[in-house]
Amino acid sequence: MTDRRAFLRLLAGGGAASLVAACGWDGGNAIRPLLLDVSRINDWVGEKVLYSPRRLAREYPISERTRGVPSYFISPKMPVLTDPATWRFQVGGLVRKPQSFTIEDLQRLPATSYTVKHHCVEGWSAISTWHGVPVSAIAERCGLLPQARYVRFDSFDSNYFNGWDLASAMHPQTILAYGMNDNPLPPTHGAPLRLYAPTKLGYKMTKYLVSMTFTAERPGGFWEDQGYPWFAGV
Amino acid sequence: MSTAVRTETPAAKRHHWIVRLTHWLSFLLLVGMITSGLQIYAAYAKFGERNGPYYVNAFQDRAFPEAVRLGGWLAGGINWHFALMWPLMFAGVLYLSYLAGSGEWRSLLFRPRDLRGAIEMQKYYLRLRKDHPPQGKHNPLQKLAYTFIIVVGALAVLTGFAIYKPTQLSWLTALFGGFQAARYWHFWTVWIFTGFLIVHVILVFVVDPASLRAMISGWYRGRFPNHD
Repeated sequence: MTDRRAFLRLLAGGGAASLVAACGWDGGNAIRPLLLDVSRINDWVGEKVLYSPRRLAREYPISERTRGVPSYFISPKMPVLTDPATWRFQVGGLVRKPQSFTIEDLQRLPATSYTVKHHCVEGWSAISTWHGVPVSAIAERCGLLPQARYVRFDSFDSNYFNGWDLASAMHPQTILAYGMNDNPLPPTHGAPLRLYAPTKLGYKMTKYLVSMTFTAERPGGFWEDQGYPWFAGV
Repeated sequence: MSTAVRTETPAAKRHHWIVRLTHWLSFLLLVGMITSGLQIYAAYAKFGERNGPYYVNAFQDRAFPEAVRLGGWLAGGINWHFALMWPLMFAGVLYLSYLAGSGEWRSLLFRPRDLRGAIEMQKYYLRLRKDHPPQGKHNPLQKLAYTFIIVVGALAVLTGFAIYKPTQLSWLTALFGGFQAARYWHFWTVWIFTGFLIVHVILVFVVDPASLRAMISGWYRGRFPNHD
């Protein structure tokens, strides 16, 4: 009887202690790297097993649009171009013809519009309409080289950037969006140009774009380098 | 030569090592999944499309105390959650494979024929019946509880995938009523697991403490002999 009680005390005490030790714990120096390794495995599973390059996200009627979609940027103040006329979208890296585009250049290309659900890593979702040009169309115009495996998107929002796998970037619903809900893209959502894709979590969609660079090495990302999942496909 | 009936209950082999291993593993991993899940919940503590309407939720806009949150911040919670989910699913599959392969599912799965026994058992607990009805390894109410919690485990995994990949697995997400509804049901499994755990532990200590030893050593020396 007594040994059982002692055992139970040990079990209860040990359980409580490990819980207290676990509070708010990201794993520390011993476990955090392990968790990040598993996160890379999850990236692989997400990309190679659960992602289909042909599956299209469901589209919604515009009557289902969400009002008041929150605005996110990392700069202390909302990033706004001081001289919009000089803004260019630079496409470079592993392409035959690096080019730069004005918004008008992009608007002259075949446009894509869709009304889709946005999934934020925090857990909220919201429906909006986006207007833009597919990343794949730009890649084609610039002559994508076979060595290219990743894409890096850079912004003028305090150097916020994201790295993407090529397959997700070439998805037909991955677009460079210059419009939202039938209007030009507002500064609150990344004007003049942002990345949009209903196959990714929100933090992968770089706003306030300045460039797109095709690479052979995997670029990280602003949040990704701090521990958020890199692939982040939904 | 004595033919006297032994009055002391002999120790009987109760649980295979796979059952014991997956039992304790599932417990530890579930604690990790729930605490990291409560950390993730803090980032958007409600259910429903942005701007509502929201699902009925007693914890709306409330953060759980730090003592029951694992991960420290959203990314930390996510990384714990998406790491522990693999061994937990592995334990679940290993356990179910063992049940299926060994034939032990027969003594655990609640089937329509157990209904009568469940009523008798309930009568006993309500003092409408004096003697404890004979039982197999588990009584029919236990079978009902264990079958139920396995179904809830499967639902936790499925709703989890539904909110992990709502676009790639859109059929699964739609099955649960959409992304926000799937989040809601996934959250509910937390409270079902927690409620089950509390009742489970109380019953072990109040009714059959020998079953705790059996789940550790594999040998049962308690007062409920197996009549199978």
